[in-house]
Amino acid sequence: MSDPSETPVLRVEGLNKSFGAVHVLHDVDFAVYPGQVTALVGDNGAGKSTLVKCIAGINTIDTGRMYWDGKPVTISSPAVASSLGIEFVYQDLALADNLDITQNMFLGREMRRGPFLSDGEMETKARETLRSLAVRTINSVRQPVASLSGGQRQTVAIARAVLWNGRVVFLDEPTAALGVAQTRQVLDLVRRLADNGIGVVLISHNMNDVLEVADRIAVLYLGRRAAEVKRADTSLEQVVELITTGRSGEIGLAPATAAQSA
Amino acid sequence: MSSDPTSTVTDDSDDPRTSFRVDTTPRGLSAAFSEYVIRVRRGDPGGLPAVLGLVVIGVLFSVTTPLFHTANNIGNLMSQASFIALIALGLVFVLLLGDIDLSAGAAGGVAAGFAAQALRSGDLHQAVGSAVYIGLIVAMAAAAGLAVWKRLYPAAVLVVVGIVLIVTGADENHVWLAFAVACAIGIAIGTFNGVLVTAIGIPSFIVTLALFLTWEGVTLDAVQSQSIGTSRYGPWFAMTHKNMSPAQGWIFFGVLVLGYAAVTITRQRRRASQGVSYDRHALVALRISVLAVGGALIVIWFNRNRNPNPGFVIQGVPWAASVPIALMVVFSILLARTSWGRHLYAIGGNSEAASRAGIPVERVRISAFILCSTLAAIGGLFLADFSGGAQPALGQGNTLLYAVAAAVIGGTSLFGGRGKPRDALLGAVVIAMIPNGIQLHPGLPISVVQEITGLVLLVAASVDAITRRRAGAS
Repeated sequence: MSDPSETPVLRVEGLNKSFGAVHVLHDVDFAVYPGQVTALVGDNGAGKSTLVKCIAGINTIDTGRMYWDGKPVTISSPAVASSLGIEFVYQDLALADNLDITQNMFLGREMRRGPFLSDGEMETKARETLRSLAVRTINSVRQPVASLSGGQRQTVAIARAVLWNGRVVFLDEPTAALGVAQTRQVLDLVRRLADNGIGVVLISHNMNDVLEVADRIAVLYLGRRAAEVKRADTSLEQVVELITTGRSGEIGLAPATAAQSA
Repeated sequence: MSSDPTSTVTDDSDDPRTSFRVDTTPRGLSAAFSEYVIRVRRGDPGGLPAVLGLVVIGVLFSVTTPLFHTANNIGNLMSQASFIALIALGLVFVLLLGDIDLSAGAAGGVAAGFAAQALRSGDLHQAVGSAVYIGLIVAMAAAAGLAVWKRLYPAAVLVVVGIVLIVTGADENHVWLAFAVACAIGIAIGTFNGVLVTAIGIPSFIVTLALFLTWEGVTLDAVQSQSIGTSRYGPWFAMTHKNMSPAQGWIFFGVLVLGYAAVTITRQRRRASQGVSYDRHALVALRISVLAVGGALIVIWFNRNRNPNPGFVIQGVPWAASVPIALMVVFSILLARTSWGRHLYAIGGNSEAASRAGIPVERVRISAFILCSTLAAIGGLFLADFSGGAQPALGQGNTLLYAVAAAVIGGTSLFGGRGKPRDALLGAVVIAMIPNGIQLHPGLPISVVQEITGLVLLVAASVDAITRRRAGAS
């Protein structure tokens, strides 16, 4: 399914980031491939959030290079990230409860006719986007968000990222607050995103979710990238070992590095 | 129109859920009604509680005293409600943010006070003394500077226009220019409120409470501790004492109804052509005819002579009703149909989400405070006329509390994110009815007015809180 010769849409090389004396990220390499789900895993404090914030343009990087479609880019601000086509769905979703689904999806980027909002056009586009993701759990794009379940909210937040032509979409713990059935819906949606050609980054602590939908798994261990493995070549035990010790058999950090980091 | 033009036949188009049929089916009377019932059940009663309150209190007073439902009394009621409605209209914007402006009443006092003093004295500088005069100009210049800093250029320009009018003394001879100065003072006050709340981060409750005290003092400076009558100034005296001529009333009615019809029908046509749910002819016709018939009855009713005594004729729609209604229409369009309005709601619903969506949260918030104080200034002008002149204590006492109560009774939430300009007018009529009706009962002591008004507000606030809990729970 994954063509190894395929070039990543987003590639990060040798990323270093310190906050004062604390060296949070050490020479991190990370890549996102179109049409694939790349899981970003690691224990608390491994540097997942910092890495994401560097890519989002929220944190500046100390050293390192980023490539978009193979061309070097500098992501100096969130606006640059979104203009490239990188969208982020944060854990708290950032939806306004008092607005409806369409209004939330277009928030801050409303379509207008002269000075007035063009609600009809926005509703049509919102509906098309949800339909392109084969969303079955939402009846109407005019439903207020306050009336939605956790899974439906997650769906709206993800659809918003897709609507804005996100070519790479970061999902931060999308199933953390969901029940079994809703987790199912969201994981299906994550898979469909990738099937639509989007490069998906799934940040999660839930190994079941990761092993189920990910094509690749990047493991961070104490600010270093311990390994990037393909889902087909790995197992739950191996991923857990990489997360907790930074190495597993032949792969992972060299014993000396792993020990030094710890 | 009948089929959905966007269904590019996907596998799921037969699934009633994925096909979003509700979003593409035109809405008839029954669908609109059941949607409304669902909305009320879900905890968004809109103006319903206020309308019920209006009917209950109205019937109660009508039954207990024959004087209440006379045309003359209802005409007076409009004057009593006008300034509450105008101040409440401004408060809606600030309440939508989840903020409050306790200084609105007193700000209206300052604005009306300076306007009255300029007109009365013909030389504002001499009348208030150099300290106050220079203080006013410096403060307004500072507000204009802050507005430029926050890139709210229209506000800055209008404040500068106000300064020019004051310095040239133009406001001392023309009533309308004095009104313009009052509005400019309102804009300046709103800029201070907004900047202090957003840029410095003081809670709006504290900023406006502090400035409430300050404006009380400034009003004293402005009117120099004496009452300045407004009856000599035609347009000012007209605010709460005069009516539109019957012909003007019909023109006003015609503009409102035709405007509403044009907007509603255009919207129906456009939505139909876009393939999204639109209102069927029956629903559109019902809406327009309710407004047309209701409005026509009101105009006919007001256009009869309502002076109980022989002599001169009192007839026509009071300016105290038409000015707030016209402003309400303008601000309803602004809130419902522009990005600015949507951003205001979004900030009230989730300010963090709004900020991440790239909305200039700070500027939108300041603009809401500016609108609030500007409408408070207009409300202050009406209040001055209603109270027989710009008083030293203009806009103090219960003015602000009544205006907040009006907005909340009308259905605007104290928690932000929910409310409409319409609420201010509905609530203001309810609030004004209470003292009006009670004064017609000679047996009842005046203390009852405040007791009952307080309880009505408490009921409204309870409805608000329960509504919010329900909406959150579903």
